[in-house]
Amino acid sequence: MRLAFIGGIYSNYHALVATLDDVGRRRVDATYFLGDLGAFGPHPDRVPRLLVERGIPGIQGNYEESLSTRAGDCHCGYTDPRDNHFAQLSYDYTFANTSDAHKDWMGTLPRELRFTAGELRFLLVHGSPRKINEFLWRSTSPEPFLGKLCRDHDADVIVCTHTGLHWHQPLGGGRHVINAGVIGRPANDGRTNVWYALVEVQGRELTVEFVPVAYDHLALAEEMRRERLPEQFVETVLTGWWTTCLEVLPPKERAAGRF
Amino acid sequence: MRTPPQAPLTALDTLWFQVAGTVCNIACTHCFISCSPTNHSHEMLSLGEVQERLAEARELGVREYYFTGGEPFMNRDMLPILEATLRQGPATVLTNGMLLRREVCARLRELFDASDYSLDIRVSLDGFDAESHDAIRGKGVWDRVMIGLRNLAEAGLNPVITVTTAAEGVASAEGRTRFLEVIRGFGFARPRLKVLPLFRIGAEETRTRAYEEWERLTAESLTHEEAAVLQCSSCRMVTSKGVYVCPILIEEPEARMGETLAETLRPFPLEYGACHTCWVDGVTCTT
Repeated sequence: MRLAFIGGIYSNYHALVATLDDVGRRRVDATYFLGDLGAFGPHPDRVPRLLVERGIPGIQGNYEESLSTRAGDCHCGYTDPRDNHFAQLSYDYTFANTSDAHKDWMGTLPRELRFTAGELRFLLVHGSPRKINEFLWRSTSPEPFLGKLCRDHDADVIVCTHTGLHWHQPLGGGRHVINAGVIGRPANDGRTNVWYALVEVQGRELTVEFVPVAYDHLALAEEMRRERLPEQFVETVLTGWWTTCLEVLPPKERAAGRF
Repeated sequence: MRTPPQAPLTALDTLWFQVAGTVCNIACTHCFISCSPTNHSHEMLSLGEVQERLAEARELGVREYYFTGGEPFMNRDMLPILEATLRQGPATVLTNGMLLRREVCARLRELFDASDYSLDIRVSLDGFDAESHDAIRGKGVWDRVMIGLRNLAEAGLNPVITVTTAAEGVASAEGRTRFLEVIRGFGFARPRLKVLPLFRIGAEETRTRAYEEWERLTAESLTHEEAAVLQCSSCRMVTSKGVYVCPILIEEPEARMGETLAETLRPFPLEYGACHTCWVDGVTCTT
């Protein structure tokens, strides 16, 4: 069985179209989105429209929770004032440009999804099984901790997003935690492509492939400028380096980026 | 008689080690546990003692490890302790920055590079300049910290600078911006800053004042759900005398919850003045 997982989309509908095209070429049995459809990018109604049209199932992220409850901020989970400053600019734009119908639809999405693939029990969450906006970074999520999450939440495989950086940690005995990354912005690696996760399951065996997706990032940058989104966001799309919401990065991940 | 609210233990995510005990090479006038060169209330932890708790932590699924004192780098086992910890999970060391010699920083950088997990260094400052800093930490301390920070920068390590609200105005947006500039001036292009409130215990009681009777939490102060976001709902502190509820209350005998981590997996009554500060100021000692 082959499954595709799409992490945070951040209104990047150009990347969503390119990702769904790529998925379509790979004989995938099921595709899921993991929340945070809005933020960062332009025209936030386009992503939900496309997901509904294609009938793709998925879960709420903190953005959908905030937008559907008409909250005043994204509850991204940042603690540094600089991170929160840019998060608020994103959220205010997204809130103002998301239709009420889509906000209400976001409220109908589940907070988690469970299913069995092969012999493995999957649990899809946005941040972590215990908190919608918890950051599961590679360098701060040791194996014993991840194993406990699987045990406490009756899952063999946890699939999450929220951090923006993809990774996979096998835990032995058919247990895995997979952060699918995001298709909303590049992975802070100096490359302009984005990533989704392709998972193959046979019995209790599981393999993960992170798939790089090139998309028309120049068109996205142009639209972001026309919408007067912060130039720092545009720079990230054009360079592949994060320029904002960086303070939350653990030292290891921070050292890998340019800023 | 008032009944204090209880903080549940939702998950033991953060394990602290009082790795230098209460022994320090300086005696800050605001220290909430009055650390000094002669305070042996809690002794240093050996590599073996740390490893014993690390093994237990592994079984319990602890997420991250913090080391404090006293001054951690006075502990001769500090670098091997970090090496052992980083095999298991991310580690953060809280230091006054005075013992960050060039070869220590070079070794820290090796450890940083060698581990899959993050290693973070936090250096405490108490003012925007030598005069205000040394008024709290002692004459000449600022100059020695500057050498330590330069060595960290040379090793390519970007520390978090922790500053208490003893530094005038640092909690305001302007104060914060000014402090970030000061850190940039040390050679860190990506300044990182954490502001901590003061706890009116230990030496701080003498510098300003002790907690007053009204500074206590009651059942009406916070809900069970709110108590579950306090740091003591997800941390414990290992010292030479046993396992305590949190990094702040290690001089409260009742805050010692057991000998092993397993003995401390239960709720804790929020009956201290420091608990009031934690709730009102939204304190977390983690970065």
